[in-house]
Amino acid sequence: MTGPLSVFDRPNSYIGRSVPRPNARRLAEGRGRFVDDLSLPRMVHAAFLRSPHAHARIANIHTAAAKAAPGVVAVYSGADLLPRIEPWVGVLSHLKGLRSPPQPAVAVDVARWQGEAVAMVLAASRAEAEDAAALIEVDYQPLPVAADMERALDPSEPVIHAEYGSNLAWERLVEHGDVEAAFADPDATIVERTFRFGRHTGVTLEPRATLAAYDPSERRLTVHYSGQAPHMMQVIYAKHLGLPEGNVRVVAGDVGGAFGIKVHTYGDEVAAAAASMLLGRPVKFVADRFESFLSDIHARDHRVTAKIAVSPDGKIAGFAMDDLTGIGPYSVYPRTSAIEANQVLNLTGAPYMLPAYRARAKVVFQNKTVMCQYRAVGHPIAVAVMEGMVDAAAAATGRDPAELRRLNLIPDGGYPCVSATGMRFNELSHHACLDRLLQLMDYEALRADQTQLREKGVYRGIGLSSFVEVTNPSPMFYGVGGAPIASQDGATVRLDASGAVHVSSSVTEQGQGTEAVLAQVVATAMGVPIESVRVTTGDTDITPYGGGTWASRGAGIGGEAALLAGEALRAQVLQAAAAILQTEAQKLDIVAGAVVDEAGQERVTLADLARQIYYRGNELPPDLKPELIATRHYRVTDYPFVFTNGCQASWLEVDVETGEVTLLKHWVVEDCGRVINPQLVDEQMRGGVVQGIGGALYEHCLYDADGQLLNATMADYLVPMAAEMPDIEVAHVETPTSTSVLGAKGAGEAGTGGAPAAIMNAVNDALRPLNAEVTEQPITPARILEALKAI
Amino acid sequence: MQMHRSVSLTVNGERVERDVPVRLNLVDFLRNELGFTGSHVGCEHGVCGACTVRVDGAPVRGCLMLAVQADGAIVETIEGLSAAGALADLQDAFVARNALQCGYCTPGILITVHDYLERGGAADRAAIRTALSGNYCRCTGYQAIVDAIAEVAAARAGGGAA
Repeated sequence: MTGPLSVFDRPNSYIGRSVPRPNARRLAEGRGRFVDDLSLPRMVHAAFLRSPHAHARIANIHTAAAKAAPGVVAVYSGADLLPRIEPWVGVLSHLKGLRSPPQPAVAVDVARWQGEAVAMVLAASRAEAEDAAALIEVDYQPLPVAADMERALDPSEPVIHAEYGSNLAWERLVEHGDVEAAFADPDATIVERTFRFGRHTGVTLEPRATLAAYDPSERRLTVHYSGQAPHMMQVIYAKHLGLPEGNVRVVAGDVGGAFGIKVHTYGDEVAAAAASMLLGRPVKFVADRFESFLSDIHARDHRVTAKIAVSPDGKIAGFAMDDLTGIGPYSVYPRTSAIEANQVLNLTGAPYMLPAYRARAKVVFQNKTVMCQYRAVGHPIAVAVMEGMVDAAAAATGRDPAELRRLNLIPDGGYPCVSATGMRFNELSHHACLDRLLQLMDYEALRADQTQLREKGVYRGIGLSSFVEVTNPSPMFYGVGGAPIASQDGATVRLDASGAVHVSSSVTEQGQGTEAVLAQVVATAMGVPIESVRVTTGDTDITPYGGGTWASRGAGIGGEAALLAGEALRAQVLQAAAAILQTEAQKLDIVAGAVVDEAGQERVTLADLARQIYYRGNELPPDLKPELIATRHYRVTDYPFVFTNGCQASWLEVDVETGEVTLLKHWVVEDCGRVINPQLVDEQMRGGVVQGIGGALYEHCLYDADGQLLNATMADYLVPMAAEMPDIEVAHVETPTSTSVLGAKGAGEAGTGGAPAAIMNAVNDALRPLNAEVTEQPITPARILEALKAI
Repeated sequence: MQMHRSVSLTVNGERVERDVPVRLNLVDFLRNELGFTGSHVGCEHGVCGACTVRVDGAPVRGCLMLAVQADGAIVETIEGLSAAGALADLQDAFVARNALQCGYCTPGILITVHDYLERGGAADRAAIRTALSGNYCRCTGYQAIVDAIAEVAAARAGGGAA
């Protein structure tokens, strides 16, 4: 990042500028191209019959009436589809001991959660398919249900997979230092708490959707996919449907929200592709909202018991915790449902100097919807547990929460280092971020306001959270364990005959602005106006091979590949221009779409140069064979992950009569390295914070003891709405990562990772004078009133 | 029971006559029969606002109204309102402020806000948040949407952006 010729010093650099997204206007005019907007000739619609039982043997399925219903083309049971779809197993070799049995796309003998698909109807319209599905009769023999995650390992509970002898899917222990000694110190203050985090889910406004079109004449399957990882799905469709990978094309157009929900393998979507192969015609499946609640992956669902030891000087001497999490009846394929607990162990306390750390996780099967990675995987748990413990310890030792953090956060000059949790950190800035946050919110003034208002019976609270975020993962995240998930991404950049630059990238767009960032990077690297850059993503036939967009990797990895490709094309253009202009490439540059000399004089526009090369090759030196296209790939090699850090604060009021929480203001200070587009980063933060607030205050998949989801509608499942949300102020500390030229770390999940801790701490700060504390999320009015012993 | 009925209505300024199943809701009719796919289906429950369209000048949940109930009505969708330029200042502000990410909720929000502003809605942030209380957006956290609407409300109140 030094030297006058850095890409960031170029004239007309777009790096660091808030340029608008190229696709925003199209979407604002209703010209989106979402999967359900597409129709293909001879297309049929799929509807699924789903198990009403959380656990039941499927004795018989009677389909004759459904098959005879109007418009019906075919009806398939799980047994019918089993020979067509190879079941999958959601384990990875680097998560030692993780077990999960083969999972069929559609349940065969036993349904293991309410909402698991048991039969499929294909009909001329979705309405007719649903009519016919209602005519299918299934003889279920209900089985005992293991619903409660906290009891799943009790010997009295039914074992979901008998061959395993228990409902344990995976366990892991992390130990560092002498934990026993830390807690045995008689001078230490020891605080213990139990935290609970309810299940919630993604509620993407566009439900999961697929349109699979198999052409038997070419043995070719094209899947229009609402999702994040087209190349991963290409492998999965090929492997489980018995097709050569090259015969499968996965195309992601506009995606109406994903957030990790749409990066997994779903049986109903694979069944739609299998049906298309059976019928030789396109099959569309769009989940309705009820199906989304029952079949989209759920997230969180943890119980964590934790204790912390603090020395008289305020230093944290030891930390220990046990995490128990329920994942439904299967580990989800191909990422597994153990990554969330793994992240909790890796990240809890990671911002702090912890001389002793012990963390254990148990991951258990249960008869509920499958659980897997959703935005900020594991972070909200890790951050809320640690930050909750830090605040509890501050209260117990009579210290200010900000002061206790300053005493214990890893010093900004202390990198590279390895955390107690075993993570390799570099270039983090916890103290700089905390200082900036306290200044931004005017911490002292808020504390004074709080004190004054308390005297009037108004209970306001300040909650802080410091955290790290996993971004830009290397192959150590998934690839090392055998998953067909690329950690590298590629970009192809080419110059057309008009001088326009076309970028094709393997990272994908779901609204976060990936395509804008790629355009900014390439326009800057090439030296062309951004209006002349066109970006294509989301098509396995067209784009280079890569992982897609997840784990906050689009800008950091996809952006770096685009930068390298743009610079390679620029070098080619300059070499060709030098030959034609009879000068040296080093004496030329590209500025505003034209080749200029050292004096800045325009020598030839890219349009004229391209036309000469493409149309009038006779004018070129015979040995000059410019390709005007360049592809570069990039993966992180220096570290397993490029961590970011940040901190958040919440200012809120608790109505102690009603238990209602009013959010007054929220602040975020984030260090995501080099900021390519400030507006897009800030909007990722804000959207992420609000998703975190959803988990902290509102969102909860409520189940009864029989494993029935009680609130599977948007009228009953509460999500954050405009009227309840605060304004969110965002500021940055920029510490570019030295792992790449671009220096960008990820920014997509920090908001969601850090917000629940800040909210919980603020609620408890408000309640502290009343000796009440809430450690269970979502923090509903009822839970606050219970903590106040008012109900 | 009669399973189909003929309807005659005006959609985005064009006369439309169709025979429709009586159970077909308006948004499915607009999307699947007429190809106006800019109106989206989110919850099918009247909660999320993604399917909001204008019927006889008022915002309506397209999932809670049957197509046959729109017989004789004037229906406007995001496509028609965009083409007419009715939302141009709002769309400019939404793009400039990045008040949309995935864009799935955006047509419904624009139509809701268009009505709010037509009824003289103020640039007051709390009032705007209340006006948006029936529209779910998972991506933005709402602040940029509120910013964009406040800007347009102020500009319209001041006699336009000029």
